[in-house]
Amino acid sequence: MKLFYDKIKRFFVPFAATLMICFVYGYAQADNCLECHSGWEDDERAPSALFPTDVHSQAGLGCSDCHGGNPDLEDMDDVRRSKGYRGIPGPKEIPAFCATCHSDPNYMIKHNPALATDQFDKYKTSVHGQQLLGKGDIKVANCVSCHSVHDIASPQMPTSTVNALNIPKTCSKCHSDAAYMAGYGIPTDQFDDYVKSVHGHALLDKKDLGAPACNDCHGNHGATPPGITSISAVCGMCHTLISDEFAKSPHKKAFDEMGYPECEGCHSNHLVLEPQLYWVGITDSSLCVNCHSADDGTIALATADKMHNSLQALYNAYDSAETKTDDADTRGMMVTDQRFTLKEVSQAIIKTRTVIHSFNADEVEKTAAPGIQTADKVYQAAVAKIDEYYFRRYGLGIATLIITLLAVMLYFKIRSIEK
Amino acid sequence: MENQNTNSSTFMTRLYSWVDERLKINTLVEYMSKKAVPRHSHSIWYFFGGMTLFFFIVQVLTGILLLLYYRPGADSAYESVKFIVSEVTFGWLIRSIHSWSANLMILAAFIHMFSVFFTHAYRRPREMTWISGVLLLGLAMAFGFSGYLLPWNELSFFATRVGTGMAGALPFVGDFLMEVMRGGENVTGATIGRFFGFHVAVLPGIFTVLIALHLFFIQRQGMSEPLEWATDTKITKKYMPFFPNFILRETLVWLVLLNILAVLAVFFPDGIGAVHWPLGEKADPFAPPPPVIRPEWYFMFAFQSLKLIPAHVLFIEGELFGIIILSIAGLAWLVAPFLASRKPEGQVSHKLVVFGWAVVIFIVVMTILGYILE
Amino acid sequence: MSDIDKGKRDFLGWFLKGGIGALMAAVLYPVYKYVIPPASGEANVSQIKLPFKIDELKQDEKKSRIFKFGRDLGIIVVTPNQEAKAFSALCTHLDCTVQYRNDLGIIWCACHNGQYDLEGRNIGGPPPRPLEKYAVHIDDTSGEIFVSKA
Repeated sequence: MKLFYDKIKRFFVPFAATLMICFVYGYAQADNCLECHSGWEDDERAPSALFPTDVHSQAGLGCSDCHGGNPDLEDMDDVRRSKGYRGIPGPKEIPAFCATCHSDPNYMIKHNPALATDQFDKYKTSVHGQQLLGKGDIKVANCVSCHSVHDIASPQMPTSTVNALNIPKTCSKCHSDAAYMAGYGIPTDQFDDYVKSVHGHALLDKKDLGAPACNDCHGNHGATPPGITSISAVCGMCHTLISDEFAKSPHKKAFDEMGYPECEGCHSNHLVLEPQLYWVGITDSSLCVNCHSADDGTIALATADKMHNSLQALYNAYDSAETKTDDADTRGMMVTDQRFTLKEVSQAIIKTRTVIHSFNADEVEKTAAPGIQTADKVYQAAVAKIDEYYFRRYGLGIATLIITLLAVMLYFKIRSIEK
Repeated sequence: MENQNTNSSTFMTRLYSWVDERLKINTLVEYMSKKAVPRHSHSIWYFFGGMTLFFFIVQVLTGILLLLYYRPGADSAYESVKFIVSEVTFGWLIRSIHSWSANLMILAAFIHMFSVFFTHAYRRPREMTWISGVLLLGLAMAFGFSGYLLPWNELSFFATRVGTGMAGALPFVGDFLMEVMRGGENVTGATIGRFFGFHVAVLPGIFTVLIALHLFFIQRQGMSEPLEWATDTKITKKYMPFFPNFILRETLVWLVLLNILAVLAVFFPDGIGAVHWPLGEKADPFAPPPPVIRPEWYFMFAFQSLKLIPAHVLFIEGELFGIIILSIAGLAWLVAPFLASRKPEGQVSHKLVVFGWAVVIFIVVMTILGYILE
Repeated sequence: MSDIDKGKRDFLGWFLKGGIGALMAAVLYPVYKYVIPPASGEANVSQIKLPFKIDELKQDEKKSRIFKFGRDLGIIVVTPNQEAKAFSALCTHLDCTVQYRNDLGIIWCACHNGQYDLEGRNIGGPPPRPLEKYAVHIDDTSGEIFVSKA
């Protein structure tokens, strides 16, 4: 009997321990959702495959934290019947779905205190929000359309669909699709225009994160066109001085009264290109003649002409200074100082192009004048370098003459000695 | 009529007797005034020694002028050279002449050395003149190597790194030598300090002593006469007085050289072709080396021949083997007079002549290869 | 020697002396010009002395000035604590010249509203990096300002 008891003890204790461990392990294993779903989902873009990379997963959340239900259960029907199960939300339900946590400051403070909690409120003001929640239009963007789902990454991450460098593409998924956007009455060429613009080049080609993406002007959650009266305020966030100059100019009052967009009128909204000199002036291709005429009783075209001439003079001064400097350079003279001073002239050009927005010919002239002076100084310095180049050759000629004469005389002296 | 010429000569005569009274130079001047230079088909080569001396004098003068503005040190060397070339009046000229004259001096020295070799002027009793001369050539090349680094630009930084690195390949003393040359493990501002000290103080001092000896030997022994003159009694031996005939001719040559220097400095201030020294960019020890690093042309033959040796020859490392071979050849060259002395007077050692041609061809071929094979 | 020959000899002699004189002049003239120091003074720029004194700067309305520092532009600023600070004046965004806004207490770039604090750190707008900081040394007795790369 004792022997049998011994045998059982030797077998039973490890067995019982194992069983206990399994039970405990089973209880600790709370997320059967991921377990089961990763078992039968084999698409690499399936939720269970993506979720471990998701920022929510990294915050310690599981499937049930969003979708509800009891993660301990194994049978899907049981899960569906369990308390709090929310299943897969439809497009109209998604904003509120996400907002359950993201609009709850008391909840969010436990995971990311710095993250704002007003996204849903803002969304409700946006065109997307009004269409979806007000009119039930499920074609418009909801949270998932931009942020993706199950592989959501923080916007700072390069993989995030809402990273600054990726935003134009994310928005254009819908907004460039003419068939999809049919019936909404808005253009679908914004992305195409943006890519050609200086902002598009800066952001997408040069990776300059200071350049605006769609959300910088339109907002992200409260996405709406800024509106005729407010678009200049948006541009003025970065282009502050230009905005100030424009506000001082006669155009501000006129544009506001006409309901005409301040910056967009001349510079476009999406296809913002490098401004050209001929935009300011009185020729047919200028922008000024679109509204002004020679006999409209204002000094407009006269001013435009003067401003054009000031800027043209500055450009010409820069170009001739640069050409002369290149001239000296190709002759092998050192022109690093001249090139440095030319940068000052570039600064003057930037300043003048800013002051153009005051549409005050005298101001423009005053700003261009120092630049022209500096450019002239560079020109003179380059001319001096070229003169030096010729002086060297001239001096060499004289020295050669002296030496040759001396050599010839020496030769004769030698001859005379040896006679 | 006589007065016009005697005014100046009275002054000179009075000056001469004043000096003679104090230093008793009369016998020396008498001796020197009898010095004669042989005239024969190869007399032209006699000028090349003087040409080398001329270029050296130009180097000293332009070097002193450059010293007025050059500032050694990693933070100031490049900037000061740029300053000289762009801001200082005629700075470009002084620097350009200094660079050209350096290269021409070494070229003249090589020609001088080989002409002496092939006219057998090194033979007894002129062994010491030959040895001092070969040493002078080595010093001139050391001048070139140390001076090249001083602008502290990309070109010179990497060339110096490779050059001093090769010194490190020597057995036993290699690492020590390299560290002493570089003033540390790497080429830094400390290297500039050392090279500068060598370039403006040590080397000029030794060079001046050696050249004084070299010239003294020549003055004491007179110019070497062609081999045939010792044995052939039928040749009429023609001479010209050293003073004033040869001196005047030498002056004429020096004038032409001065003009050549001026032309080169104006038209090719940064050198030409393979002999190029544009100031370029400042040295950046952390930047990747340029695709082609070259030593100066007078080192190219050694550089190229070392490159062509396989990694291992027998049991010795390739580079080391190359250095040993080059050193043995150099040593043989140095003691050539003693190798030649076995032959009786008037006869030439054919083996030595062949050796000489082998050296010339080797140097020329390796130098050319160095430039086309990159 | 005949008189004509002697005459030729004299002529040649004088001509030679004249030629040598001319050669001396042609050689010594460049040397003479070389030895005279050029207007720009010093070559190296790891430290410079500003062309104005600290009191002048403190009395300036704008409390800051732009200066040339070798190949670059620098900006020197008198902070509200009466400290003098100097930085590279090249905005790290697109190389525009920055300015001091003593109304806002920041260094500002007019091109795209870039903002830097008084330690040079980029605190707003597009600039991706801080401004390079320079070391400022003020001579207490003479009031001269010396700026060097930190």
